[in-house]
Amino acid sequence: MSVVTAEHGHDHHDDHAHGPEKGWLRWIVTTNHKDIGTLYLFFALAMFFVGGTMAMIIRAELFEPGMQFVDPKFFNSMTTMHALVMIFGAVMPAFVGLANWMVPMMIGAPDMALPRMNNMSFWLLVAGILLLASTLFMEGGAPAGGWTLYPPLVLQTGKALPFAIFSVHLLGISSILGAINIVATILNMRAPAMSLMKMPMFVWTWLITGFLLIAIMPVFAGAVTMLLTDKFFHTSFFDAAGGGDPVLYQHIFWFFGHPEVYVMILPTFGVASTIIPVFARKPLFGYSSMVYATAAIAFLAFVVWAHHMFTVGMPISGELYFMYATMLIAVPTGVKIFNWTATMWKGAMTFETPMLFSIAFVVLFTLGGFTGLMMSIAPADFQYHDTYFIVAHFHYTLVPASIFMLMGAGYYWLPKWTGHMYNEKVGQLHFWLSAISVNILFFPQHFLGLAGMPRRIPDYAIQFSDWNMISSIGGFIFGASQLLFLWVVIDTIKGGTGEKVTDEVWEDAHKHGLEWTLPSPVPYHTFSTPPTMIPSDHR
Amino acid sequence: MKKTKQLFASATLASLGLQSAHADYTLNLMQGVTKVSNDVYDLHMLILWVCVIIGIAVFGTMFYSMYHHRKSRGHKAANFHENTTVEIIWTIIPTIILVAMAIPATKTMIELDGVQNSDMSIKVTGKQWYWDYEYLGAGVHFESHLDAVSERVHRDGSDPHGVPHYLLNVDRPLVVPVGKKIRFVFTSVDVIHSWWVPDLGWKKDANPGFINEAWTQVDKAGTYRGQCTELCGRDHGFMPIVVVAMEQPDYDNWVKITLEKQNEKPDLSDLSREQLMANGAAVYLKNCVSCHQIDGVGAPGDYPALRGSAKVNAGIDPLIGFVQAGTSKMPSFAKLKDNELAAVLTYIRNAPELGNKVGDEIQPKAITPVYDDE
Repeated sequence: MSVVTAEHGHDHHDDHAHGPEKGWLRWIVTTNHKDIGTLYLFFALAMFFVGGTMAMIIRAELFEPGMQFVDPKFFNSMTTMHALVMIFGAVMPAFVGLANWMVPMMIGAPDMALPRMNNMSFWLLVAGILLLASTLFMEGGAPAGGWTLYPPLVLQTGKALPFAIFSVHLLGISSILGAINIVATILNMRAPAMSLMKMPMFVWTWLITGFLLIAIMPVFAGAVTMLLTDKFFHTSFFDAAGGGDPVLYQHIFWFFGHPEVYVMILPTFGVASTIIPVFARKPLFGYSSMVYATAAIAFLAFVVWAHHMFTVGMPISGELYFMYATMLIAVPTGVKIFNWTATMWKGAMTFETPMLFSIAFVVLFTLGGFTGLMMSIAPADFQYHDTYFIVAHFHYTLVPASIFMLMGAGYYWLPKWTGHMYNEKVGQLHFWLSAISVNILFFPQHFLGLAGMPRRIPDYAIQFSDWNMISSIGGFIFGASQLLFLWVVIDTIKGGTGEKVTDEVWEDAHKHGLEWTLPSPVPYHTFSTPPTMIPSDHR
Repeated sequence: MKKTKQLFASATLASLGLQSAHADYTLNLMQGVTKVSNDVYDLHMLILWVCVIIGIAVFGTMFYSMYHHRKSRGHKAANFHENTTVEIIWTIIPTIILVAMAIPATKTMIELDGVQNSDMSIKVTGKQWYWDYEYLGAGVHFESHLDAVSERVHRDGSDPHGVPHYLLNVDRPLVVPVGKKIRFVFTSVDVIHSWWVPDLGWKKDANPGFINEAWTQVDKAGTYRGQCTELCGRDHGFMPIVVVAMEQPDYDNWVKITLEKQNEKPDLSDLSREQLMANGAAVYLKNCVSCHQIDGVGAPGDYPALRGSAKVNAGIDPLIGFVQAGTSKMPSFAKLKDNELAAVLTYIRNAPELGNKVGDEIQPKAITPVYDDE
């Protein structure tokens, strides 16, 4: 229906490709999905470097035992802000940016369903992050109680607490609006021939992610609002002295928090399922089981939250239930990994930068999945919990998984977005430096955790020195390597290798996605009339 | 396997030219000294090997494919895209493995949960930032703080190499008898802490206003070290745990001596200025330094400075009352004995490192009347 409306809207113009607003105002008032996608992606990239700088401060302090650079409180602020900025400022916005760019082009829609709301959700994000960043300069410092904002500790935050909470509200509203927009676009604006089970996997994963976001962000907003009233309005939700329970907060938080981590990984799965078939020159193996596996993972995400809290003191029946439910996640996740492997099997693979990042993703995400499986065993988690073992685990699932696939997506679609080819040599250099250093950075952290090093400590016993130093060296190399990515992006926008890219960019890519049937660079408006055919690989 | 890994690690370290390659590091979980910790270790190794085997199979297939099925070798892409049989197989096999894993995991979980029929109970209270141990029914009750050497070294930023058990040492360890089933009850007075000694095989959160339980039975006499593992604020990294397990006769003896010391009346005789300052510095380092800092500047927005503070540098009697009573932000320090309070007050009013110079000295006897009047 909306597709038809969009078509009619354009009938008033003799040329449907009317261009963007002139000058800088274009980037403020734009309602174009491509412009907003670009805004999201650049904002996310900027926040990736801000959050990365915080990580460098953390790794510098942990380079050697003893306190060298920062105060313990500031160190705690850094771990807290690093997480918040990376999650809410970098990874989530980057995926929303990708969705903005790609979902309409992949389903044959002219734009997002709700273009004005699209603009609003971006600028709320900026406001939220700026508010969060401003707490760094407040009396008493930025929040330092960990990104999970556990009470009672977080209530000891200084002037920053209400600002941080309001920032979470803004970020939540931004995410909900973004998610509603993406869900509405996918459900209403697909090309006529594209039934749900013919959508590209990236669209599927985002559809499911959108529902996750709509379900969980209000829960988080509720939790932090209760913190606010506990602190300023004499309620006692989380204070035993008034009949409350601090552990209640953890239950509410992780009911949000566990699906939240899948919000950051499901679109990653979608990108990998998009890229691997193109470079294996073979359709995605087991499309429908991939869809069902994604849905199963999303469902399980809601019923496993307390595995983040095995040591909090639950009844044995609760511990056992959450252990069994968590172990189950391995099944659909395994299906995905086996299917990617089967997609590569007997293909005709080439290894351009996007494919390299995808393969590294499958391998290193699997490593993160293995440690996740280990931690699902509750008695073993009594040892692993809150040590560097879990730091290694979730960084494996976020950095060489989510971040790597975002980079891979960048290399994969940059030629389509800009019409220029990126520098393959620099891209490969960036990949190899990243892939090697990310393992130097995070692999030793498994050893540290098993040897007994707790997370979130600014200083440590001498026996943890060696692996920390190696990890820090890896961190510095990884951090520096990302400047190459920034260079590639800027260079490609400016003209890249100068090579004129074809419409499909990658060999036979038109079989894999509608976006490759469009010209390169993509015009400002696309699919003003919905495509009648969809790519042959879509089933 | 462990040997090989260590060799490999040493080689890596040596090649990086690290001086401390000989340091006492570990790569794997420690087996610990209780039956439970050994069961947990076995579970850990079992699931680790399961992962290693699956990893070899999956990555092996992938890398085989990446080598053989590449375009540059002229491999032509096949066009299959589904196979219900294999998909069912690789759904069922992991499920079977998981069920097989769940059985021993459940057994160990039930074992961990069994706090009944204990021989003795110890109440562990987490506080920002030290532990408080109370042997229920036995009358032994003391605080366990980070040891003075580590405390000083991490605060003045000097080199910790050579400090024995840096950050893993305490002034008073928790002493337990071997071979006895000990029940722990955990709680906290401020924020959530978590009590972890890896050799015992578990950690447990200490929640304010609630009680958690856990148990252990240490098989081998020795000293076992751990740390707080739930972020609890500024000095979360500086509240270690040391458990000393003793044979029963040694333990009984320790209890006797500890009780005697605990019930001793403090020595309130006058001290020289040097002694007051030295004792005061020790009390300050243990009780005050976390908030007011080693140079007395406090933390802007969180904790007030003692350096140049009007309250510290004014009359002594209000100050004594203030420290003993505490405020909504500062805990009461009524727990300090008169001689300790006298020493620390002398110290904060006169220590050059805190920048104060009142020029007086407060003797233990000067404390008592004020305390009684309050």
